[in-house]
Amino acid sequence: MSLNSHVPDGAIQEKWTNHQFNLKLVNPANKRKFEIIVVGTGLAGGSAAASLAELGYKVKSFCIQDSPRRAHSIAAQGGINAAKNYANDGDSVWRLFYDTVKGGDYRSREANVYRLAEISKAIIDQCVAQGVPFAREYGGLLDNRSFGGAQVSRTFYARGQTGQQLLLGCYSALMRQVDLGAVDLYPRTEMLDLIVIDGQARGIVTRNLVTGKMDVHIGDAVVLATGGYGRVFYLSTNGQGSNVTAAWRAHKRGAYFANPCFTQIHPTCIPVHGEHQSKLTLMSESLRNDGRVWVPKEKGDKRAPGQIPENERDYYLERRYPSFGNLVPRDVASRAAKQACDEGRGVGETGLAVYLDFADAIKRVGEDAIRSKYGNLFHMYEKITGENPYKTPMRIYPAVHYTMGGLWVDYNLMSNLPGLFVLGEANFSDHGANRLGASALMQGLADGYFVLPYTIGGYLATAKIAPADATHAAAQEALSGSTERIAKLLGVRGKKTVDELHRELGLVMWNRCGMARNAAGLEKALGEIPLIREEFWKNVNVQGSGDDLNQTLELAGRVADFLEFAETMVIDARERNESCGGHFREESQTEDNEARRDDEKFSYVAAWEYKGVGKHPTLHKEDLTFENVKLTQRSYK
Amino acid sequence: MSDRNIRLKVRVWRQNGPNDKGRFESHELAAISQGISFLEMLDLLNTQLALEGTEPVAFDSDCREGICGSCSMMINGMAHGPQKGTTACQLHMRHFEDGATVTIEPWRAKAFPVIKDLVVDRDAFDRIQQAGGYVSARTGSAPDANAIPIGKEAADAAFDAAACIGCGACVAACPNASAMLFVSARVAQFAHLPQGQPERWRRVQRMVAQMDEEKFGACTNVGECEAACPKEISVKNIALLNRDYLLARFTKEPV
Repeated sequence: MSLNSHVPDGAIQEKWTNHQFNLKLVNPANKRKFEIIVVGTGLAGGSAAASLAELGYKVKSFCIQDSPRRAHSIAAQGGINAAKNYANDGDSVWRLFYDTVKGGDYRSREANVYRLAEISKAIIDQCVAQGVPFAREYGGLLDNRSFGGAQVSRTFYARGQTGQQLLLGCYSALMRQVDLGAVDLYPRTEMLDLIVIDGQARGIVTRNLVTGKMDVHIGDAVVLATGGYGRVFYLSTNGQGSNVTAAWRAHKRGAYFANPCFTQIHPTCIPVHGEHQSKLTLMSESLRNDGRVWVPKEKGDKRAPGQIPENERDYYLERRYPSFGNLVPRDVASRAAKQACDEGRGVGETGLAVYLDFADAIKRVGEDAIRSKYGNLFHMYEKITGENPYKTPMRIYPAVHYTMGGLWVDYNLMSNLPGLFVLGEANFSDHGANRLGASALMQGLADGYFVLPYTIGGYLATAKIAPADATHAAAQEALSGSTERIAKLLGVRGKKTVDELHRELGLVMWNRCGMARNAAGLEKALGEIPLIREEFWKNVNVQGSGDDLNQTLELAGRVADFLEFAETMVIDARERNESCGGHFREESQTEDNEARRDDEKFSYVAAWEYKGVGKHPTLHKEDLTFENVKLTQRSYK
Repeated sequence: MSDRNIRLKVRVWRQNGPNDKGRFESHELAAISQGISFLEMLDLLNTQLALEGTEPVAFDSDCREGICGSCSMMINGMAHGPQKGTTACQLHMRHFEDGATVTIEPWRAKAFPVIKDLVVDRDAFDRIQQAGGYVSARTGSAPDANAIPIGKEAADAAFDAAACIGCGACVAACPNASAMLFVSARVAQFAHLPQGQPERWRRVQRMVAQMDEEKFGACTNVGECEAACPKEISVKNIALLNRDYLLARFTKEPV
C-alpha cells in the first residue's frame, strides 16, 4: 500500500482554505443517512461526535468510562495554546507554526502543523462561547501565560484544570446532541476490534463492560479518538484505563502505526516513591514560569535544601540554556534532569529527583499571588508527599506523559484504511518527536471541532460504500475472534496478577526504551518482551467471569495488547538511529550531550505495517519535506 | 516525611449486582506503606484476593489525581473518607493508624443503583446534563473570544461552580440523597456568565425536572453535601438555583 499524505498543493497559508473548498460536500438532507462511529469521548472524540451530530450525521459515541465526561483529557492541567496575540508580544499563526515544528524537532508534517496553528484561534472562541471559564483579567479580557518552547505568552488556562474545563465544554455540546436525539451514547463499552469490509473501515466489535455482552456496530466510517499508549510503561501520568487497544486492534486490521517510539517524558512529575505505586502525578509545566529548577553543585550533597547556600546550587537549566532558562521544551528539561541525577547530584531519598523552587517567586510577588496561580497544584503536591511546597522546594522527576506516535493519518486525518479516521493523541501527525506544552488540548479540539467535520464529508461524498450489516462475514469473524480471546484470558487461571506482568513490561520499557536508548538495550528488550508475553498467556490470573463487570478481565485484554505493541515500539526505536525530540539515542549526541538529529537518513515518518504477533513489521516511509521552516539543530541556548 | 508500614483490617462491601442483597467481607492487610494512596491499598487487597483465588473488589478509578470523578466510595461512613477536599484516590494511608479498621461501602442512593461491589450507576447525572446543562453554541458560530468581556469576579465564580467533578459524593453524603449541589453547580456556572443568559430560565427548570424524575431526594438544607464535596463546591450555588428556579417558574415562561 502506498503512503500518500494527500497534502494539498499551493502555498502553506492557502492549503487548508483551498482544501476546504475542494472537498466534496454531503448534501444536508443526505447527512442523516450516514452513520458515524466515534470511539472515545475526550477532547478529540467528544468534540468530533458533537460537531458531526450538529451537521446532521447520525453518530454513535463510545467510551470505556461510566460517563463521557471522565475521559482522560480531563486531567490536563496547564493550558491550551492559540495564536491570538492578545498579549501583543509578537505572536502569530506563523510563529506558533514555527515553534511547533521546531519544538517537534522537525519530525512533523509542515502542512498539518500550519493548519493546527491557523485553527487554534477559533478553538478559543468556540470554548468561550460554550461557557468555559478561562482565567481573566480584572478588565474582563482573557489572561495568558507562557509555556515551554515559546517566548510569547499564548497559553489560555483555567487555573490548573484547563483540560477539565475544556472537556466539560465539549461534553456539554455532546450532551446537547444526545438531548436532541442526534447521538447515541454507549458508556462503559469497549471497542475490541475493527471491522473492515471490502477494504473499508465499517464498524467495530464492542463489549459492554457491565453485562459482558458482545456486539457489532456497523456504520459508514469509524473515528478513533482513543488516546495515547503511555501505559505501556506501566507507570505514567495516564489514567488507569488509558490503553492502546483500539489503535492496536485497528493496526492488526491493516492501519499503519507511525513513529511509535516517539514518547514524551514530562520533566515535572512527583518522583516515584515505592513499589506499589499505580501512577505518577504531573505537576503542570506552567510551574516553570515561576519555579526554578536546581540541584546541589556537589555530588552526594545530602543537606536539606534550605541548608544549601545559593552559591552551592546549580540552576542547571538557567546555566545551560540562558535564553529559554527554565522554560526549555519538555524533552530538553527531562534529559537535563536525568543527567544531573546520573551525575549523582539528584536529591531526595532515592536520588532520583531535582528541586523545583518557588522561594524567589514568593519573595517577588508574595505567597498569595503564587497561591492564586497554582493553588490546586501545590495542594495536590502536599496531599501526595505530605510536604508544604510554599516552605520547601518541590521534588520532581521526569515521567511518561504523552505519546506523539500513533496511527498514521493523511492530511484528512484518515488512516491508510479508507473510512478509518484517527484524532487527537491516537494519531501521529502534529507534534513530531516532541510535543510542546499546551498543544495537546489544541490538537485534540482542532481535530474534532474543525478538521474532521470537513474531511469526513469529503470521504463520505465520494466513497462507494456498499450496504452491510452485522451479519456480514467480516463482522461475524471479528465478533467470534473477540469472544474467543475473552474466553482465552479467562481460561488461563495462572499465578501472576495482570498488574505484576504489566509492571514487568513497564520496567523493560522504561529501562531500555525510556529517556535514553541504545542499540544494545533495545536488542535486549526485543528478547525480554516476548518472554513476558509468553508467560502472560501461560500464567496470568484473571478471576471471575466474562458475563458481568470484571475489571481484571478488561485490564488483562489491554495489557495483552501492550505486550504485542511494545515490540513494535522498540523496533521503531532501534530503527531510528538518531536523536530527535523525546527519542534520545545515546549513539547520536553532540559533545555537550545534546540530541543530534540525522536529517540525511531519518527525515521521514516511520509507518509500520502489521505482519503478525512477534513477526517483524514492514516499514513504510513518508518522507518529510520542509519548504517553509529551515531545518537547524535545535538550540534553546 | 516518615511513612512507615501499618496493619489494616478492611471491611468491604461485596454485592454481585443490583438485585443481590450484598454483604460485608473482612480482610487483613499485613504491611501497608503509609506513603501509598487509599486506592493503591485496595489494589494490594485485590492482588491478595486474586492470588487466593477469589474475585477482586470492583471499584471505579481512572485519573487517580482527583479530577476525573470516577472514584466513589464511603470510607468509614464518609464520602471519599476523612480528609476535607480530597477524593478517595488522593487520600493517603498516612491518615490511618496502625491496626485500624476501615469500612468501605458504595454510594447509597436510589438514583445510583449498585452495579457491583463499590461500583454504582451514575447515568442519572448524564441525563440531567442532557436536560439543558449546556450553552447551545454550535461549532463555528462563536464570536471572537474577547468580544464579550467578563469580569474576573464573575469568571472566578463560574469557575468555582464548574470545578465540580460529578463524582456523586454530595448525593451519597446527603441524608435525602439529593443531587442539588451537583445540579446547582452546573446551573450556577452558566448563570454567572453572559453566555449562559439566553437559556438561563429554561435550563434551570429542565434540569430540576430531570433531577426529580431520576428519584433524587429533596434538599432540606442540611449542608452535608458541601462538607463532603472533594472540590468544596459551595451550598451558595443551591441558593442561586432556588432563586433562579422560583424566578423562572413565576416570572418567566414555565417550560
